[in-house]
Amino acid sequence: MIQKHDPQMHQSQPHEIDSARRKFLGGSAGALAGVAIAPGVLLSQVALAKPADQAVSSDNRWGMLIDTNKCDKGCDACVRGCQTENGWGSNETHSAETQTAQWIRKVELRDKNTGHATSLPLMCQHCEHPPCVDVCPTGASFRREDGIVLVDKHICIGCRYCMMACPYKARSFIHEALQDQLPVAPRGKGTVESCTLCVHRVDKDGENAVPACAEACNSEGHEAFVFGDLNNPESRISQELAKHGGTQIRADLGLNVAIRYRGI
Amino acid sequence: MAVMLRNLRSLLLLAGMTLLALPLTAQSGTPLPDVPEATKRFSETQGCVEPTEDMRKNHMKMMLHKRDQTMHEGIRTPQHSLEECINCHVPGDDSGKIVRIDSKDHFCASCHSYAGVTIDCFECHADRPVKKTEFHPLVAKPSPHHAEATSTGPVTTGTLEILAEEGKLQ
Amino acid sequence: MKQKIYFREVLNNGTGYYGLLALLLAVILVGMGATYYMEHHGHYVTGMNNQIVWGTPHVFAVFLIVAASGALNIASIGSVFNKKLYKPLAPLSGLLAIALLAGGLAVLVLDLGRPDRLIVAMTYYNFKSIFAWNIILYTGFMAIVIVYLWTMLEHKMNGYTKTAGFIAFIWRLALTTGTGSIFGFLVAREAYDAAIMAPMFIIMSFSFGLAIFLLVLMAAYRWTDRALGDVILFHLKNLLGVFAAAVLYFVLVFHLTNLYAAGHSGVERFILLDGGIYTKLFWIGHILLGNLLPIAMLFHPTVGKSRAAIAWASILIIVGGLIQMYVIIIGGQAYPLNLFPGMDVVSSFNDGPASGLAHSYTPSTPEFLLGIAGIAIALLLVAVAVKVLRFLPESLDDATVDPHASAAKD
Repeated sequence: MIQKHDPQMHQSQPHEIDSARRKFLGGSAGALAGVAIAPGVLLSQVALAKPADQAVSSDNRWGMLIDTNKCDKGCDACVRGCQTENGWGSNETHSAETQTAQWIRKVELRDKNTGHATSLPLMCQHCEHPPCVDVCPTGASFRREDGIVLVDKHICIGCRYCMMACPYKARSFIHEALQDQLPVAPRGKGTVESCTLCVHRVDKDGENAVPACAEACNSEGHEAFVFGDLNNPESRISQELAKHGGTQIRADLGLNVAIRYRGI
Repeated sequence: MAVMLRNLRSLLLLAGMTLLALPLTAQSGTPLPDVPEATKRFSETQGCVEPTEDMRKNHMKMMLHKRDQTMHEGIRTPQHSLEECINCHVPGDDSGKIVRIDSKDHFCASCHSYAGVTIDCFECHADRPVKKTEFHPLVAKPSPHHAEATSTGPVTTGTLEILAEEGKLQ
Repeated sequence: MKQKIYFREVLNNGTGYYGLLALLLAVILVGMGATYYMEHHGHYVTGMNNQIVWGTPHVFAVFLIVAASGALNIASIGSVFNKKLYKPLAPLSGLLAIALLAGGLAVLVLDLGRPDRLIVAMTYYNFKSIFAWNIILYTGFMAIVIVYLWTMLEHKMNGYTKTAGFIAFIWRLALTTGTGSIFGFLVAREAYDAAIMAPMFIIMSFSFGLAIFLLVLMAAYRWTDRALGDVILFHLKNLLGVFAAAVLYFVLVFHLTNLYAAGHSGVERFILLDGGIYTKLFWIGHILLGNLLPIAMLFHPTVGKSRAAIAWASILIIVGGLIQMYVIIIGGQAYPLNLFPGMDVVSSFNDGPASGLAHSYTPSTPEFLLGIAGIAIALLLVAVAVKVLRFLPESLDDATVDPHASAAKD
């Protein structure tokens, strides 16, 4: 700091801001923000994760864009990634195959007319107007301010009405007592569950969060998932949606889902 | 005859009073539950995140309040987090002993079974700390090596990964 | 000369009566055992799964609840529409309504994944959910019908019977509409998404409720050696025939409308043609045995006058009703959701109607036992109540019920 050694200089310019200095600082800050600290993540984005004690708000709307063209028919990395992260898929030992939980599944499609084959992952679509939320008698099935649809298992009575109502069959019911659950994904007998969009990661990392399915896909090299904030026009997902568009499954129901697909 | 009846009545009265007085003869101070020590302290001066008496009295209210905050508002501060409680109060599987909720050695169970208050938290929540290898999303996860895994012990994250790798998709 | 109708408690004290109670109690106990088994182990012991989430217990529960509101019909015809002939039957009608509802609710609640959270269901309300409204409608119905019964059984309150009857009548219409809307409000499922669901359930309630009422009436009077005249009986059986025909009409309109919509042709094909067990149950169980045959029996000039035929027709309508519920509830779920129209779909979670994979469901014994226990609860309540209170008129023979009719017959 110059003041100590040159008080006269300090006194003669008390409030005049060195505009050149300011421009330099502003410019380099901007340049710094633009520096990618890793592919696809700008320094400016790191600051966008919300503080832990702050409630989520509707300023964000979390969603995903899945490019089915990059989705490989035989690959189910996303399913296994979700299983590892949330602890399902191997601890329901008594249930029949039709009774075990499925948070995300791979669906193979083939157009009957053209023969064109596609494959895509299907999970809770986190609708803006979720039928499951409408029908839940206790309000256990709810939509958070930031768009993530969850089951509050503390008040779920296990009536399975939400499972009847879901147009995507995204929900599963736990048919037996469980042990060794993971701390990030509490799950228990007699309650209903579904994909949480890795809400525990989203709450920690915000815009930089990568749900487990996306992470697994990335490590396989397919990179079919883009997670981001649909309400932020600068986010990668918004930009890709603006450029290439994205379809909703069962768009005719008017649910305005947060999971969009390319290639179907 | 009347004398006999009178004596019988007095005898019954005496027996009744003795029975009623029995609780008074109990040892002073009922045995307290054997609550296991936590694995770490919160600070120099305080064992837990709140003073012990406050915790004993109000932990249920704190948990009820926090769970609604976490679920509906996404507030995940460690202060009253159930996961953090477990991380401190229950030893992990790598300590050598597997302490599940149905064992008396579990911190929560030791008091709750004594008090006779059923809790159903651990029907859903993990009852023991689970070590996670927390990689930043930008760093690729190391691929789990293929191995034959038998699930005899507790299912840790590592085992889950191996099992998932084996293609056990249900 | 106007004959007064006396109501009297059932006086039977013999092995017959207590044998009946013991049998019903045994069925209930077995059902409770089955419930404990299901709740303790979890639903993996049942046939229900993530594709067919509502199974046999729900078939019985919804049937009982629908029948409950229909059972109140007779009382409503007496109190609200002022048909004198039906007024003596009103107390039994109200009692049966409460009993059937209690049985149905018991089955529904005991099948929940977390029945220990019933208090939560009563204290956390999502008013956008028709289920939540139904909880209010069901409990309110119980209260209102109890008040209605009180106005009938307590001499001093007889002046209020008409008002109470009217409120009960409106309430049960709301209740049945709510029950039908459980399905009608589901936009996701092609088998259900229809406004006609609510009125169809109301008509079904008329039919099932009256069939059960008729059977209970005939059994009660036969086993207590009380007179049940033809006048009342024939009026009731004709009414039952009309209601069953009305159900047939609504089912026809429902399916015709669905067939017209190209989008729904898949599910219609499934139910009406190639749904395997569901198609068989629909045509043979529901349409033929549950509607056409009983209607023919009830309206036949000679067969319709035989008590045995009337009883059998009622039984057929009840069984047909259960089958209809089975086809609606389980058949509707068995048809997979159509997420990708025009595509062949394969997944590990059984997606895609085009792939021809209807979801499989096999009713399991515990589910069935729970359902049966619901019926037994309802019947036990009736059996005990008619002994304790004056629900049944001493005599319902022609002379007592309608002196003019018996005079005209001579």
